[in-house]
Amino acid sequence: MAALALRAPRSSSSSGGRSAARLAGLLACVLLLAAGASASRDEGSGESNGTRRDPGRVESGTRRDLHPRSNLTAHKKAFPVLSFNYEHVRKPFEISLWILLALLMKLGFHIIPRVSNVVPESCLLIVVGLLVGGLIKAIGEKAPVLHYELFFFYLLPPIILDAGYFLPIRPFMENLGTILVFAVVGTLWNAFFIGGMMYAVCQIAGAQLGGVDLLSCLLFRTIISAVDPVAVLAVFKEIHINDLLHILLFGESLLNNAVTVVLYHLFKEFSQAGTVTVGDALLGIVCFFVVLSLGSIMVGAIYGLLGAFTSRFTSHTRVIEPLFVFLYSYMAYLSAEVFRLSGIMSLIPCGVTMRPYVEANISHKSHTTIKYFLKMWSSVNETLIFIFLGVSTVAGPHAWNWTFVILTVILCLVSTVLGVIGLTYIINKFRIVKLTKKDQFIVAYGGLRGAIAFSLGFLLTNNKMKNMFLTAIITVIFFTVFVQGMTIRPLVELLAVKKKKESKRSINEEIHTQFLDHLLTGIEEVCGHYGHHHWKDKLNRFNKSYVKKWLIAGERSTEPQLISFYNKMEMKQAMMLVESGSSAKLPSIVSSVSMQNIQQKGPTRGRAIPSISKSREAEIRKILRANLQKTRQRLRSYSRHDLLIDPFKDNLSEVRFRKQRVEMERRMSHYLTVPANRQETTPVRKVCFEPEHQVYTYDTEGESPRGRAAQTHPSPPDTIGLVNEATPRPNQSSALRDRDETELRAKAPDDQEEQLKLSRCLSDPGPNKDEEEDGSFVS
Amino acid sequence: MGASQTRTEPNEFQDMMDKTGFSVEQIKNLRKRFLQLSGNEETISRENLDSIPALANNPIKKEIINAIFDKRNQHESEVGSFQEIGFEQFLMVMSHFRPPTLKTTPEEKEALRKEKLRFLFNMHDTDNDGTITLDEYRKVVEELLSKSGAIDPETAKGIADAAMLEVASTNVPQMAPDEFYEGITFEHFEQILEGLEMETRMHIRFLDVGTATMRCGRSTS
Repeated sequence: MAALALRAPRSSSSSGGRSAARLAGLLACVLLLAAGASASRDEGSGESNGTRRDPGRVESGTRRDLHPRSNLTAHKKAFPVLSFNYEHVRKPFEISLWILLALLMKLGFHIIPRVSNVVPESCLLIVVGLLVGGLIKAIGEKAPVLHYELFFFYLLPPIILDAGYFLPIRPFMENLGTILVFAVVGTLWNAFFIGGMMYAVCQIAGAQLGGVDLLSCLLFRTIISAVDPVAVLAVFKEIHINDLLHILLFGESLLNNAVTVVLYHLFKEFSQAGTVTVGDALLGIVCFFVVLSLGSIMVGAIYGLLGAFTSRFTSHTRVIEPLFVFLYSYMAYLSAEVFRLSGIMSLIPCGVTMRPYVEANISHKSHTTIKYFLKMWSSVNETLIFIFLGVSTVAGPHAWNWTFVILTVILCLVSTVLGVIGLTYIINKFRIVKLTKKDQFIVAYGGLRGAIAFSLGFLLTNNKMKNMFLTAIITVIFFTVFVQGMTIRPLVELLAVKKKKESKRSINEEIHTQFLDHLLTGIEEVCGHYGHHHWKDKLNRFNKSYVKKWLIAGERSTEPQLISFYNKMEMKQAMMLVESGSSAKLPSIVSSVSMQNIQQKGPTRGRAIPSISKSREAEIRKILRANLQKTRQRLRSYSRHDLLIDPFKDNLSEVRFRKQRVEMERRMSHYLTVPANRQETTPVRKVCFEPEHQVYTYDTEGESPRGRAAQTHPSPPDTIGLVNEATPRPNQSSALRDRDETELRAKAPDDQEEQLKLSRCLSDPGPNKDEEEDGSFVS
Repeated sequence: MGASQTRTEPNEFQDMMDKTGFSVEQIKNLRKRFLQLSGNEETISRENLDSIPALANNPIKKEIINAIFDKRNQHESEVGSFQEIGFEQFLMVMSHFRPPTLKTTPEEKEALRKEKLRFLFNMHDTDNDGTITLDEYRKVVEELLSKSGAIDPETAKGIADAAMLEVASTNVPQMAPDEFYEGITFEHFEQILEGLEMETRMHIRFLDVGTATMRCGRSTS
């Protein structure tokens, strides 16, 4: 959300950008110093009084300059009017400062487009972190370190939840087998291969490395071999590779966390137990793994269902709906951690289970809120993680050992490549859509390591090898993020990897997707082969008959997916039309196709539209014209992504508003035309902000909506509906509304259903690009 | 391929293999299934297919059965529909659902795609006039929604209309008010479904291993 808003000014003012950049840079510098100072303060503040009284201390010289308040407190006045008491806001202050710094950095990068095109954001952030860390060190203070708790409990969950909630289910499920193989077998292979090799080399290499025993090696390797979702997301969000690759990489990075956790615990146990047999090891792995993955999934699913169930009853307290989603997910994460299961792995089922039901229940505003909040949190957290990574690098104790480090890096690469090639060979035997060499390359190359490895490294017991391990981990992370991260984009271009299609989920595609599903299920049944589709169909039916009834409120539970898709599409179009004031663009028409081109001439089959008298029409036109001016003026000053609150001011009574919506919607659905133009903006989190339900594409910019208005009688009522939206004049609108009602077709929708439907789409058109995944796996 | 079993009837299946591209194992399995469906006769009729219990829940069951008996799907230039079909025709229909392999060239993929789209098109175009008219499309949507409980017919019409409108707008953007969009032609159909990548989606896994019994799970194909 913040990033979106930031994009807008950037695109509009590139010349002003440079001065803005300078300003931002200046501000950033100031903040850096402030951050550094505050970090130092947290060490020094406790001793400031002490230093004053003890000039013998070595550091006091520098510190006294930074603590003027010590002077103040010495001369206590009767009534301290203006005092400087930093202590009691220290913690929140610092946290806010860090976050602000992170955000400003983000802002800065995007104002300087040249750099951000070449270097992915994550790299830049690490560099900034390094700088800040260096600065803090220069001041001589202890920098905040990426603690295990900080990272795993606060920084990581929103990122994973964001990715999990918006996970494209269909590709994920279709490729689940492949993902699992890569994640599980791949990680295991990596761990053992590297570990074994390293151990062998260490033994050979000599005394210095001789202290490395097999188990610590393996432990170390486990940490290193896991592909990191944060890094993968960060790098790949700027490159749009096709869905398949994206889901493979991302899915793998998520699932291998389970493996990592298992191996980690296992090896820890073993290293404490001393000796271990191979049988023990294998048994341990299997046991742990099955228990762990199933357990995590169950925990996640339970919380997901709870969340869905809760959302069924929230129709009267819409405001807190997003919180339920967040909290249930967080609880799932923490609960999984309680049982030493994989929190990351539990977040995914939680999000996936919750989503279809929650989306059916919550209001449109809540949906937007959830989306924005998740994006915002994950964006900020990601930035913070990378910065902290840089800072911790500078701060941490290092033990550089050329052989070890270089060996690590090389072995990592080699084992990844080998693993991918080998596994693909096996997998391709089972897949319908084979993975080509290009795909394999990207999968191998996209295996970035990141902060998870780093913070796990901190957990290693403090044996003498720890520092060396840490250094090696950091080097690998840096190498993958910088080298691989920077080169992956040109490589993707070079190899002409298939990019993500601009998915304009049209209604035809939706119809045919469903049709195809049924067709394939049917053919499978004819062939007597209970395959993929059969079970999917069974699950869908089970879902429809039982689960939905429990988890979705009201009428929606029986709504088939096609219809809900259609309704959603309608609403979006309606809102888009209103937003852009389509009535303002009557004259230019691009496509003149309207219903009458399709329908056969002749009796309209029960769709008699009562005609309006001429005088009324003239009146209507006059009002239209007057309002068009207003909306045009108003709308011109708004950018696409500002929330258009004005037309929907609160003085419009709720009920009236809803009624207008009903009418407009009904009209929309029967005189369906093309929605208004859609500007192309490039949102930051490209992974998820894709145009969805984009019914019609526009090749040229600034295209006006294909108007239907000019042609036939039905149009004025529609535009009246729009005008009603645009002008908050209750009296006027009620008069118009009366007219509307007479003009309406004599079809009475189910009021209750409409209310329910409408209560979900009140105001706030929000962003046009909704990432509403089809969720068609569970229909 | 299972070398041991093919010795017995190489010729019988050879031309079927050539025409449809199935492997011997797959043909054998399908033959077993065919015999099962037909009650050990040489042909199956609509009643045989109707009686498959699993199909009862399928909303487009009628269309599927019609498609199997449709002469157009036999890749000969006949039209109309059979009353009964033999094993070869059955195989022919099933061959539309084969997936592409790693060795399929882009041209072959394109041809495969066209073939599958053609199959779909024929399913919609019931009167075989080369276009899918609004009525036919409406019927499609209605059928799709038929098993989902009581659906307001207006909604089904609305959806079909919207879809039709979309096809028209994308393919023939400029239309005078009195022109009439006859129906979706095959080219337009291809156009609007371009995003779906039919060649990779429209397939089922044909069993390669010797089993004709109901069994789910992974199988090589």
